[in-house]
Amino acid sequence: MKFDYMSKPTIIPIGPYHPLQAEPELFKLYCDGEIVKDVKWETGYNHRGIEKLSESKTFDQVFFLVERICGICSTSHPFAFANCMEEIVNVEIPDRAKYIRSIIGELERIHSHLLWAGLAGHFLGYNTVFMWVWKYREPVLDLFEIITGNRNSYAMFKIGGVRRDIPNNLVPTIQKNLDALKHKLDLLIGVVMDDPVIHARTKGVGVLTKQDIINFAAVGPTARASGVAIDVRQDDPYAAYPLVNWKVITAEEGDVFAKIAVRLLEMHESVSIIEQCLEGLKKEKEGDIEVKVKNVPEGMGTGRAEAPRGEVFHFVTTDGGYSPVRHKVRAPSYTNISTFKKSCVGQTISDATISLAAVDPCYCCTERMAMVYDYYNKKPILSGKDMIKLSQQKTEELKKKL
Amino acid sequence: MLKLGFKSYIFKKSLWLFHFGGASCNNCDIEILDCLTPRYDVERFGMLLVGSVRHADVLLISGSINQKDKVRLLEIYKQAPKPILVVAIGACSCTGGIFAEGNVFAGPVDKIIPVDAYIPGCPPKPEAILAGIFKLLKKK
Ligand code: SF4
Repeated sequence: MKFDYMSKPTIIPIGPYHPLQAEPELFKLYCDGEIVKDVKWETGYNHRGIEKLSESKTFDQVFFLVERICGICSTSHPFAFANCMEEIVNVEIPDRAKYIRSIIGELERIHSHLLWAGLAGHFLGYNTVFMWVWKYREPVLDLFEIITGNRNSYAMFKIGGVRRDIPNNLVPTIQKNLDALKHKLDLLIGVVMDDPVIHARTKGVGVLTKQDIINFAAVGPTARASGVAIDVRQDDPYAAYPLVNWKVITAEEGDVFAKIAVRLLEMHESVSIIEQCLEGLKKEKEGDIEVKVKNVPEGMGTGRAEAPRGEVFHFVTTDGGYSPVRHKVRAPSYTNISTFKKSCVGQTISDATISLAAVDPCYCCTERMAMVYDYYNKKPILSGKDMIKLSQQKTEELKKKL
Repeated sequence: MLKLGFKSYIFKKSLWLFHFGGASCNNCDIEILDCLTPRYDVERFGMLLVGSVRHADVLLISGSINQKDKVRLLEIYKQAPKPILVVAIGACSCTGGIFAEGNVFAGPVDKIIPVDAYIPGCPPKPEAILAGIFKLLKKK
């Protein structure tokens, strides 16, 4: 007799409020014994209706709103939005502003990758790595506090430039912090690359081939770890990236280890970009940080930026008024999360979490997507009661099944 | 609510925390996690982030609450052992913050469950979070 395993799968729900995740999200792993056969995920716990909100804000306010799409990449969204608006207004920002933008963008990449490395360590059961790495992350946040006045959510961007200058006398302080950071990064890379247990847990786990990446249209380090050298900073240069020397880090294997390696090495690249930008700052006149933009004409624009997780894309339509008529956001995790279907299936449950974590999914970024989806379906996503009832039913069913 | 001798006694030391992240931007969640890491290290006070609200003494809530979260929040509050201290962290959970005008916003936390302490900020610094929790404990 043939046993049909799919007829009686065991469902293991991860989330929505699970200690592994800082953010609410429900993953259902359909398992046959220890092996994951299928993955389904349910979003909406993080939906805030940002695209709609944006239409009721003025352009200056939208910067603060898009900053709060995601706290970890809280500069990538304003970055992409600024690129987008500058395309509509058609201005070229001063070089000093470009350098400052890139410095903030790269500092963010470092703090985001460190954060991820810590969480990955935590998922693997290496709490020491978690604690260590988050300790090393603090100096980066201190730098942010020195430069922008806040640890997260920097409020640095505006149409035509940046809001605050980095005074030249601050450069040595920043450089000193970076030197200390570089030392710590070397230490971390050494530890991770040489640890046999990390090798055993992550090599050959959650493999995504080059073809998978292309099929799922994955972006960012997830794609670069599978040998697809896609990086907006290089493909569609913006801010100061064309003015400095750097290279796109790639790896070929596509497993979790490759993703770790790509992220760790990228941090070194970021440090070098920041250093070159600091050099650039010294050459430019202090205070020359913006072009005054009086009004925004009618038009349409797109803006892209390379977030720590991949390409952030913003699309805005304006009508000559004070606020966007339509604002569309696509965050990198939206495409990256779909690779779970490939990377998790066939793994054991214990490997599933690190495979999930390896793409560094960011749910707060992704959550507006539910809205776009429904836009085409002409169905509102959270039509109040029936939606809640539906989700209640689902919870009940799940409870019974367990 | 917490004036009973024994119960206020148990809130004195080794609080176990459960973290509920609503529709947040993540910064508050990360600053909460940051409190556990070496620079701030709340674990030295016996505080521990636990995986189930059934083990918790304090319920930390961050992020705005949307329609979908509201049901979960109520359920989690129902599961929590009483008395429980509820702390709303960040502008989002205190008032709704920038998302209060959103089309899916389901009201600030204190309209849904009783809240014992508010820690405003966007995001509040880890120092502020610690200060808030300690102020709350002193008051009890
Ligand atoms: S209060 Fe601010 S930092 Fe905290 S979740 Fe809300 S928007 Fe994010």
